[in-house]
Amino acid sequence: MEKILSILNSIRPEEDFTTSEDFISDGLLDSFDLISLVSELDENFSISIDGMDINQENFKNLDAIKSLLIKNGAKL
Amino acid sequence: MNLKFRNKKISGILTIIPEHERAFEDELENFNFTKAQSMKLKMVMGYDRHRIFDPGVCISDLIVKGMNYLFDQNKLNKEDIDALVVVTQSPDYLMPPTSTIIHYKLGLKQDIFCLDISQGCTGYIVGLYQAFMLLEQENINKVVLANADILSQKVSKKDRNSYPLVGDAASITIVEKDTSDSEIFANIKFDGSGWDALMIPAGGFKLPSSPETAILNDDGAGNLRSKDNLVMKGDAVFSFVQAKVPPLIQDLLEYANTDKDKVDYYMFHQPNKFMLKKVADKLGIPHEKMPHNTGENFGNASGVTIPTTIAFNLGEKLLSEKYLMCLSGFGVGLTWGSMLIEIGNLNFCKLIEY
Repeated sequence: MEKILSILNSIRPEEDFTTSEDFISDGLLDSFDLISLVSELDENFSISIDGMDINQENFKNLDAIKSLLIKNGAKL
Repeated sequence: MNLKFRNKKISGILTIIPEHERAFEDELENFNFTKAQSMKLKMVMGYDRHRIFDPGVCISDLIVKGMNYLFDQNKLNKEDIDALVVVTQSPDYLMPPTSTIIHYKLGLKQDIFCLDISQGCTGYIVGLYQAFMLLEQENINKVVLANADILSQKVSKKDRNSYPLVGDAASITIVEKDTSDSEIFANIKFDGSGWDALMIPAGGFKLPSSPETAILNDDGAGNLRSKDNLVMKGDAVFSFVQAKVPPLIQDLLEYANTDKDKVDYYMFHQPNKFMLKKVADKLGIPHEKMPHNTGENFGNASGVTIPTTIAFNLGEKLLSEKYLMCLSGFGVGLTWGSMLIEIGNLNFCKLIEY
């Protein structure tokens, strides 16, 4: 979780990702941030997140992102 | 739908691009990106520079320039052209067909078949199918496939979804009969339920352009565009490509009984770097086999990105070498298609500036 949080903070340093349960609805991330986030997650976890998994639901909060990473083969 | 063609070949590819390039960084003030976002998108999406024609330049101008270049270089004989297929979504006029304007400007013979096709990102593939089908005729031996789009004029400069990557370009591909027995395998699919995923709402007969359609509106995400502008449902188009293109290519390879590793290059339409890398990863194709540098160098000029990618990445190598290529286009319609074809030993393969 620390690593995911660190990546999120690098993309949007002004936001607090520890309190929100829906990053998109709460306005912490927009669709362009998701692209940056996928790129960073791919690089940091040495995976390639499936294009079909790139939707708002899978990036709504820390738990969702963690599940997505596990599904795509990341070793957490 | 699977398609198969025999005794046909591509004998030359020429792409015509605008002379002046524009840098993403010089246009940043049009978009509400943060500085950090901009730098990241430059790297991930390929937002770097694009080439755009000045208003007033028409696609007939570009194709005529390219054709005259080929005539002057003795790469093409005017009398040998039996058909002219123009694929575009930016015709000179609603009527007449742009192919007839080009026919007149070039002084082509009257014993010819001229045809316009309205297609976008899959346009180059559709144009090749049409050229191959025309070549089935006894009296048609050489087809000029002209694919051109200058859609930058229809994209709002304040649309950060589309403007940073839009580009203008034209291409001329010579397609002719071949004595070899090599087969060309292809497939194409359509889903009209996605007709509004990529569109220009006004300017046709359904909604003619007017002062009202020219009014800029905020889409809620910070993009300003009017009904005269191109609008793209970015998320829907991304999902469409990820869902439809990998199985399309797998089906093509299966139909051709060819392993993906035997294909030398995957020359795909170039919407953006990120989308292409995801498609390559899904298919298990090395990134170097699927060049994704056209968007960042020239911008996305619809279907023209396919011949541009071939000419930019392989160029003169194709005058003496031959490669097995998988071509694919996907987008507006929604339409998606692919083709497995050997391309090489060309008479010309290059980019020129207008």
